[in-house]
Formats: sequence, C-alpha cells, structure tokens
Amino acid sequence: MALSAARASGDTEPEVAQGVLTRDRLTPRQKRVVDELGRERLVAMYRQMVLIRAFEQRSEQMYQQRKIGGFLHLYMGQEALGVGAISALRRDDYVSTSYRDHGIALALGMDPKACMAELFGKVTGVSRGKGGSMHFYSKEHHLLGGHGIVGGQTPVGLGAAFRAKYMRTDQVSLIFLGDGAVAQGTFHESLNIASLWHLPALFIIENNQYGMGTAVDRALSVHDLTLKAPGYNMPGVKVDGMNLLDCYAVISEAVNERRKSPAPILIEAKTYRYRGHSISDPATYRKKEEVEAYQRVDPILQVKRLLAELGWLDEAASKELDRDARAEVSAAVEFADASPEPDPSELAQHVYAQ
Amino acid sequence: METQQITYREALNQALAEEMERDPLVFLMGEEVGAYNGAYKVSQGLLDRFGPMRVLDTPIAENGFTGLAVGAAMTGLRPVVEFMSFNFALVAMDQIVSNAAKTLYMSGGQFPLPMVMRGPGGPAARVAAQHSNSLESIFAYFPGLIVVAPSTPADAKGLLKSAIRSPGPVMMIENEILYGVSGAVPLGDHTVPIGKADVKKTGRDVTIVAHGRMSYMVLAAAGVFAREGIDIELVDPRTIKPLDIETIAASVRKTHRVVIVEEGHRFCGVGAEIADQIYSTCFDDLDAPIVRITHTENPLPYARNLEAASLPNVDQVVLAAKGVLYRA
Amino acid sequence: MASLLRMPSLSPTMESGVISGWRKQPGEHIDVGEVLAEIETDKAVMEWEMADEGYIRQLLVEPGQEVRVGTPIAVLGDSADEDISTLLAQARTGGAAARPDSAPARADGAPARPDSAPARADGAPARPDSAPAASTPPAPTPAAAAPAAPAQPAATSSRPPTTAAAHPAPVAPSRNGERVKISPYGRKLAVQRGLDWRALTGSGPGGRIVAHDVETAATAGTGAPAPGAAPGADFEDLPLNMMRKAIARKMTESKQTVPHFQATRKVRMERMLAAREALRQDYPDLKVTVNDLLIKVCAAALRLHPVVNSQFLGDRIRRFHAVDIAVAVSTDDGLITPVLRAADQKGLRRIAEEVRALAQKARERKLTPEEYQGGTFTLSNLGMFGVTEFNAIINTPQACILAVSAVVKEPVVEGDGLAVGQTMNLTLSSDHRVVDGVAAAQFLDTLARLIQNPVALLL
Repeated sequence: MALSAARASGDTEPEVAQGVLTRDRLTPRQKRVVDELGRERLVAMYRQMVLIRAFEQRSEQMYQQRKIGGFLHLYMGQEALGVGAISALRRDDYVSTSYRDHGIALALGMDPKACMAELFGKVTGVSRGKGGSMHFYSKEHHLLGGHGIVGGQTPVGLGAAFRAKYMRTDQVSLIFLGDGAVAQGTFHESLNIASLWHLPALFIIENNQYGMGTAVDRALSVHDLTLKAPGYNMPGVKVDGMNLLDCYAVISEAVNERRKSPAPILIEAKTYRYRGHSISDPATYRKKEEVEAYQRVDPILQVKRLLAELGWLDEAASKELDRDARAEVSAAVEFADASPEPDPSELAQHVYAQ
Repeated sequence: METQQITYREALNQALAEEMERDPLVFLMGEEVGAYNGAYKVSQGLLDRFGPMRVLDTPIAENGFTGLAVGAAMTGLRPVVEFMSFNFALVAMDQIVSNAAKTLYMSGGQFPLPMVMRGPGGPAARVAAQHSNSLESIFAYFPGLIVVAPSTPADAKGLLKSAIRSPGPVMMIENEILYGVSGAVPLGDHTVPIGKADVKKTGRDVTIVAHGRMSYMVLAAAGVFAREGIDIELVDPRTIKPLDIETIAASVRKTHRVVIVEEGHRFCGVGAEIADQIYSTCFDDLDAPIVRITHTENPLPYARNLEAASLPNVDQVVLAAKGVLYRA
Repeated sequence: MASLLRMPSLSPTMESGVISGWRKQPGEHIDVGEVLAEIETDKAVMEWEMADEGYIRQLLVEPGQEVRVGTPIAVLGDSADEDISTLLAQARTGGAAARPDSAPARADGAPARPDSAPARADGAPARPDSAPAASTPPAPTPAAAAPAAPAQPAATSSRPPTTAAAHPAPVAPSRNGERVKISPYGRKLAVQRGLDWRALTGSGPGGRIVAHDVETAATAGTGAPAPGAAPGADFEDLPLNMMRKAIARKMTESKQTVPHFQATRKVRMERMLAAREALRQDYPDLKVTVNDLLIKVCAAALRLHPVVNSQFLGDRIRRFHAVDIAVAVSTDDGLITPVLRAADQKGLRRIAEEVRALAQKARERKLTPEEYQGGTFTLSNLGMFGVTEFNAIINTPQACILAVSAVVKEPVVEGDGLAVGQTMNLTLSSDHRVVDGVAAAQFLDTLARLIQNPVALLL
C-alpha cells in the first residue's frame, strides 16, 4: 500500500496541534503538495478557508440577531480538513456529511448566497428553505446531505460508493462523520459492508474530540480510532486535520488509489472546533486554554504564513483577500435578506416524487 | 385475457425478474436473497440469472443496508430492499423515516428516491411477538412514504412492478402465509396501479374493507356469509397510502354499512384512518357506526389458542356484519 | 461607516443580558474574533466575540445594567474619529433599557413565551423581519428600533372570530323530552320520503331509528307528522313537514323581497264556457276544465308579452323564450306547483291530460324535482271554492302570478242597459322590478280579449 510505504520513508503524520507550517520545515510530503498545487491553486484553497471562516462568523452573528433559527453547527477551526479533502476530489465524486455542513458545502463550490439564504429559510436557499442549516443538499455538486441524525449519513454515502461500483465508474464517495458518529451502529454496519463489497468509500472521521459535550475518551473505548480499521479489514490512516497540506496529501492519495482499485479506507483527522457543538452550547466542558492552544495553530493562519513565506501572497494581497471574502459573505447576507420565504404552496410540494 | 395460475411467491419472483430484465438500474438486496435464493424463496433463481452485482446478499445490518439503498437511489440506481420480515425493518427506522421518507422534501425536490422496500409483514404461524408486527400504519404515518399491501398473486405481481417503476419510495408489505396461495395472474406485462382499491366481491348488504391476509380470509369465507344470508361487498384497498377512498365510499353509499378487518392493532391502526375517511365522506350514508375487527391489545402470544384468540377470524366478521345490519 | 452593536442573543431562551464587564474602552481598536465584553445570560456568563473589526467609539450601557436582546449597547466605527452623533441619537430613541416588569405584551394580553423566536400572538414563529433586533442600522423611527414593539399587526387577533353568532345552534330533536336518535342514512331517507321521523319507533340500539324503520314506515304510510298533543291542553302543536317548511320559507321570502303590486280585470266568461260546452258535446271523452282553457290562454298571452315571462336577477332581467306554466295544486300537505312545460306549444287536449297527471302525482307526492322546479309563470285558481277575488303571492323567482276566481252570475252592463252575465276576476300580482303597471294592464287586456273571444287563439 502506498501509504504504508510513505510511513516507512519517515514521512510521519504529526500529532495534532504540533504542525507549524513554515517553508523551512515542510515535510517532503508537504513540499510535494506545494509543488503539485502551485501558487494559484493553493491561494484559491486558502481563500476557500477564509471564506468558510467568514461565513461561519457571520452566520453566528446572524443567529444572534435571530435571522437564523433552530440549530446551527459551525465549522470554524475545521477548514483545513474540509478544504483539503474536497480539493482532492473530482466534480463527479460524492460527498456526504453531518449537520456541520456549511464548510463542506462551500468547499464544494456551492454558492454562499444560496447557502446563507437556506440558513435564513428563504426559497432561494440550496434546499429551497425546506432543509435549513443541517440539510444542505446539492444535486449539482453531489452533496448528499446534510444529516440531522448522528451517523445517518454513513450508510447513505456508502450507497453512493456502491453506485460507483455498480456503474463501473472510478468515482469515489467521501463520507464525513464526527467522532460521536463512530459510536453509532451505522459506523459498524457501513464499514463492514464497505469492506466486504470493496466499495470506494473514504470514511473521514472529523475527530474534533468532542461529541457534543462528551470528550471522545469518554465515548469511545479506544482513543486511536484508526485501530478500528483492521477490525474491518481496511487501511486506517491518521492525518492532522488542522494542516491543509497534510489533509490534501493524504486524501488525494487515498482517492487516487481508490480510483484504480475500489476499496474503502478509514481516515482519522484530528481537528478542532472553536465553537461549541452548536450555537446554544456554551462549551463549558472545554478549558479556555485548550481552545486558545488550538487557535494558536489556527489552520488559516498557518497557510497564510506559508503563503507569505513562499512569496505567493503578501500582506496587502492577504488583506484584500480577506476583505473580498468578507464582502462576498456580506453580499450573501444581503441576498438572503432580500429573498422571499417559500410560497405557501410549497408546503405540499416535494412530499412525493412525481 | 390470458392468465397463468401461479402462487403469490412466484408472482413476486416474476415481477422482480421482469423488472430487473427491463431496467439495468434495478437491483435486489437483502439477507439471504442471493445464494440462499431467499428466505421464503421469493428471489429463487435471480442470482444465477442476474449475477452478484444485481442480487446482493447483505450482512444482518438493516439500518446500514437500507441507508446504502437510500444513497444508491439518490445517485440514480433503483434498489429493491428485501426485509426478511418487516419486523426487522424496525431496526432500519431511522434510515426509513429520516432519510427515505424525507430526503426529497428536505432537499427542496433535488433527490427523489426510486426505491422499494418489501417483505412479509404481519403475524405468520406461531412465530410470537417480535416476529408478528403489522407495520402498515407506522409507515403510512409519515408523509413521503407510499405503502402497498397486495392480497392476491395478481395484485402482488402488478403492485411490485408498479412500485419498482414508481419514483418511490414504496413500502410493500406482503404476507408469508399468502406466499403459497395460487391465483390467476394475467400474462404479459401486468401492472396494478398504485392508489387504486379493488372490489374483490360485489354485494349489496354490507361493505367489508380488508387488506392483505384479511382480504384473503374474508374472500375465502364468502360461502359462510352467503349461508347467513349476508351479501357482502369486499373492498380491498391494495394501497394503504394513498388510500382510494373513492372506491370505498362508492361501496358505502350502496350498502350503508361498514366492517373493517385488519391484522394490526386497534389504536392508530389502518382501520382508524379508513373509518375516519369514511365518516368524513359518507356520514349521511351510514345506517350504523363503522365496526372494526382488529388484533387484540396485547403482543402476540405463542400458544396456539391464545394466538388464535388475538387475531380476527371469520366468525367475528360475520357477527359484526349482522350487527351493522341490526340482525344480531 | 459606523454601526450600532446590539445585545446579542447568546442562547435560544435569552431575553435580556447584563454586561458583566467591557474588555475594550472607547477609542480602542478591536479585531475580528476579539472579545468585546462578558455578557451574563440566563444560562451562563459568556464571552462575546466580534464578527467585525473596527474602533470602539462609545459604550452605551454600564456594566451591571440589564438590557433586552437587540438593544444598542455600543458604537463600532471604521475610524477613530468619524461623526457618530446621528447614530447616538437613534440609539437613544430606540434603545430603552429593559423595564424589570416588561415582557412584550401580546395583543391578547398573555405574557410572551420565552422561546427562541419572538412569538407572534397566534403562536407561529416570527419571520426574521419582524424580529425586534434589526441587523442593519435602524430607520430613525422609534417604532422600528424599539425592541419592545409588539408583534406585527396581523397577529393581533390570536383566535379567529367566534362563529357562535353565525349559525344558530341546532336544537336536538326530542320526543317527550328525550332525544330521538336516528342513523344518518335513516335521516336522509326520511327527508327524501318527507316523513317526520320523530314519529317513528326505532328498532336499533337505544331506540335508534334505522333505515329499515324508515322504509317500513314509508311503505305503510304511517309517516305522517304525529301531532304532539299533551292531554288536557287547549292547543296542540303541529310539527312542520318539509313541504310546510318550504312554503313558509318561500312565501316569506317572496313577500319580503319582491315589490308586489296587483291589477285586477273582470272578464265575461260566456263565450269561453260556450266553447267548452261545444267541445264536450263533440268530444265526450275529452275532459277539459276552465283551468285548462285558461292555461292555454295564458300561454298565448305570455308569448305576446315576454316582459311578464321574465325574472329579475339582481343585475339583469332574464327573459325566457320557453313558456313553462306552473299550476297551483292543493294537496293534503300543502300547496305545490307542478310545471307544465312548453305550454305554448301544446294543444288543449295535451294540456288537460298533463295537468291532470301532474295534479295526481302531486297529490300522491310522487313529483320529481324536474316536475316541480322551474316554471316561468304561475296560475292559481280558487274559483272552485267560491272566492271572487284574491291576491296571490308571487312564486319567486318568477315575475308574475295570476289569481283566478269563481265564475259568478251577476248583473252586467251592456250598452246602456242591464243584463245577467257570467263574470270572473283575474288578479295579476307582478314584480314591479320587472313589470310596470302598464305592462301588467296590457297583459291582462290580452288575457281578457282571448278569454272573451277564444277563437282569437287561432290567430
């Protein structure tokens, strides 16, 4: 397996919150990624991370102003994983995730205007206002939800991998699930079937180390989640979820392997969410120092520094990029504000397919 | 019309084979459907004919494989999921309710789910409480799910074909005891429309509404009613939801009396919904309150006498019919 | 551009908050993500991070002060020195601190529910644009900025208007004080048959009258309304049958809504009576009454005076081409008017036969709706009872009704002398919205001519 060879070559996966992306200390793998991506793509990926952060911050503010209701699960802090993973995909691959789906949607290229409109419950939203924050779907971008029930997405994403196998394409299916979802029966059932049937599914555990308020070591009987992989006869790989380059490297490698030879893989990405589980969670189960420690190695700041060092994005350009992203988010809010709610006749539409 | 005399089981088998032949996107998955040829032999011969990519033996993981079917349907395939018995579908309730029923709506219409979930439901023969649930009303409860329940081989073949062809999702609840029953099934591409009831026997005195095995039971007992001087009209809904209230109402307007027979429980059972719809549409045509014959209020026991006492029988239906005719 | 920062909602149930402490002072710059203040909510003390960057220009609220969600609490500016006086003015007019006793009053007086979206009075979740906290700087009207503003006007009525006044409460039918039960279908059958089912005995449970009981009663003919006379009372109450109810309703409606006027014409009947006698001699089997002859005459006259063969429809007058004459027939239950269709196209023999058949059916109560509905003109004859003149009530929606009275032998003037003549009074009641006096008079004149010279019918 290519990955175990990589491991043998000394290209070790760093433990969490250690990675500091500087030009001088890039690992060989990270250097390869930088070369492969090049300036334009890397800056574009950086911008996506910035956009996601700005979008989530603004969503939080909009929720506080009661323009968004219900549940809101923010992706702040996890941008490197979302952008890194999805950048490794083709447009015809499939993605499914949990309710913490805004970042994934934006990384897929879904329109921030339509995303914000969905949060506001407007008919111009990605799900015509009928889903809300937890239920972003896109036929065009192959986003299969947006699932409210923990672990509900796991077998659904597997179904997309099944489709690829059935139709004999080289598509893959990325299934994002949280550390909390690992405890659900669907995890066990899906990994078992994926392995048995050799399906091209990438199970990516976004281990932000807390399932709602419960630390992962109080919910799962093993802490190293990759240990579960051999239990299903599949490879298990760890990646630093706060490191954009590592995420891209690991997942693009896994994706490319699967295109040639369909089989599942379990990837554990250690990451961190800066906010509570959802908007109403004051996250008293975490120490402030812990949050600050992660914020010091903020994935966005890391990439920003690297880009500056590479001479690919200087301070002025970076500021402009920030402003641009913020402006894009502001435009999204304006669009959402100005959009109408769904017409009452939509109440009865799409209950049954015609 | 040319017909063949085949069993309910064979009818299902034909429907599956014909649909899989007709449309390469249709595939069958479930426990023991392949190498074992199906726990009840409904999928006999299909693995040999269509191969392991189209007839898939799943591990015992209902929630997992139902979710997989959802994902497959979302991405363009047409899965037929077999629940070895519908009792096991309870394990898959989250995928059925949260995803199968609601994805089209929550996605604003982007993802229809052309999937069929089928299998035998209801009490069988002394298989005790956990294997004897009638779940029609549970599934019919959720907007987004279509629920059908054929009682004859012709209806079974016709409805399964229609279900597979429909934009879905469809729950098809069969009956194990009926699998061996023979009946006339039209040759050729025989389909039965979803949402259309069938008057299995015309009559003038009382309307009996019954589906699945209960319809079969009442029909088989037509002679008993005749001896009692009761000319029953048997209306088999065939589709539980959407319910064909028009056909039922037309019968009620003729007979003015209704007895509903169901294997499921009374409280929130299918008959409660049917009665409500009849009262709403035909109030002035009723000469007596609607009477329901149902499973008694207890989990189904194993002992033969207790099981029999828990379930509807013909004598109860005859008594009820006399009651609404004020002849009891 | 400077903007007002407002007390945020940090939990779905938060109504107001207290600034425990400010982390920044006026003049200081604040970055995105930096904490501006610690806010005490109903649940916990939380840090409030900025989503924007800028300069804190002014703090509007003291630590320790309780402030409603949405109230302006600080001013954030792009620069350290731009003018913020307008903004401050807005903040002052709109941003009152919470009064300790105030939950926003709902229109129906109930206290506001402490749930996540501000509740409308009808309980539905508010739309974002009705939220007390606006996301953009408020318009300079106090109402828009006031967080305590009531929910939008549309929601002031929390319940639909009661319908109690709209429909009089139905009175359960009773017999001897006890409620009479009948199955819905039984009742429908009873109505169809015109039976008073309260007089029936029910064979169903609890004395319920069922279809069988109604059918039995209908065929046995025992369904006539049973008078409920208490023994010894000096009156009895007769229940209304359907026909009586209908007559009551129709006649009242006609008299109350139609501007009736009457015109009378006395006619000489000798020639008509002679004509009838002549017919009888030559056609003994032909049974023709004066009424039949009058129908024929009316039909001809209606053709000549279409204004009388019309109906007022509110915004227009409908002139009928068909001449369908309703003939008043008395039955045991009351008056009914079966309709002779296309009377102008039928000969006397046919008219006589049909009227006889209709009258028979009417008395047997076997008329079908097509036989008693419709009609463009009505003829009512009380002559057989000796009535010499009467005013009939118009059979709405028709425009006219002709009341015919008895043929009387009385002195008449011929030339300048007296003679004995046979006269009959015709009184036409007309709807003045359609038929004016002259039109009525002219119609009566035609009738008189035709009656007094029946051969003119051949014209």
